[in-house]
Amino acid sequence: MTAINPLAAAVLFHLGPVPISPTVATTWAIMAGLAGGARLLTRRLADRPGRAQAALEAVIEAVVGQIEATLRQPPRPYLPLIGTLFLFILACNLSPALPGVTAPTARIETTGALALIVFLATHVYGIRALGLRRYLAHYVQPSPLLAPLTFLSEGTRTFALMVRLFGNVMSHELVLAVLLGLAGLLLPVPIMALGLLIGAVQAYIFAVLAAVFVGAAVGAVENG
Amino acid sequence: MPDDMIRIASIVCAAVAVSFGAIGPGLAEGRAVAAAMDAIARQPEAAGTLSRTLFVGLAMIETMAIYCLVVALLLLYANPYVVR
Repeated sequence: MTAINPLAAAVLFHLGPVPISPTVATTWAIMAGLAGGARLLTRRLADRPGRAQAALEAVIEAVVGQIEATLRQPPRPYLPLIGTLFLFILACNLSPALPGVTAPTARIETTGALALIVFLATHVYGIRALGLRRYLAHYVQPSPLLAPLTFLSEGTRTFALMVRLFGNVMSHELVLAVLLGLAGLLLPVPIMALGLLIGAVQAYIFAVLAAVFVGAAVGAVENG
Repeated sequence: MPDDMIRIASIVCAAVAVSFGAIGPGLAEGRAVAAAMDAIARQPEAAGTLSRTLFVGLAMIETMAIYCLVVALLLLYANPYVVR
């Protein structure tokens, strides 16, 4: 029963006094893979792109197009944050396709950190776009009475961002574990395929919601 | 003994939370998808915008079900009222 407890932390090894969980090790591997891959692919950029560069450009174009369609603003300033979030969460959600790897996003610490990044980034982008005074003024904009509600909604939407990704990925792993206990070897395979689809959709949703929140902070779109 | 009662109640309540928590979002997501299908059938050229906003809306609705799931998991695995 405790073997599938989704809230307990396992310890892989100790780094000095700090226990390192398998989640953290997987996260490091994914970060190294993404950073190394990006470095390798952008090392020799050419005007006539080769196969790898064309694939990379297609991914970047798709992300840029989505940001532009969501924010209706020049997407360049938001590409680093939104694009990295999307690629990282996509890599995390697809990592269980490798045997022995569990998705880091199935742990609430990982998704909490990601949601915190989005929460802080909305304020940074908002202050950078509007200036401190005008950004703070939007809290008291229609009426100062609504300021507590605005604060509340910012807290709950960050919490929802965290719980949504965690709940989707983790619940799927839990279903897989239960199914593996009930039925034999091959039955979980279609469910695993469904899990990859869910992972891709959740990565997209997280990125779009981050874009919507940032867009609301810079005054581009209505509050999501 | 009272600890056992809390455990039994927790398991029952976890099942109730997930089952009832799935009803509302299930109905709501069905309505949202139906409305989006209707809109796409009327205006196929707006399909891109519609499906993007549909995805975001579905994620918002789904959050309710996932809150129930998290409550159920807390009851089962991290119940504060059960003495270890």
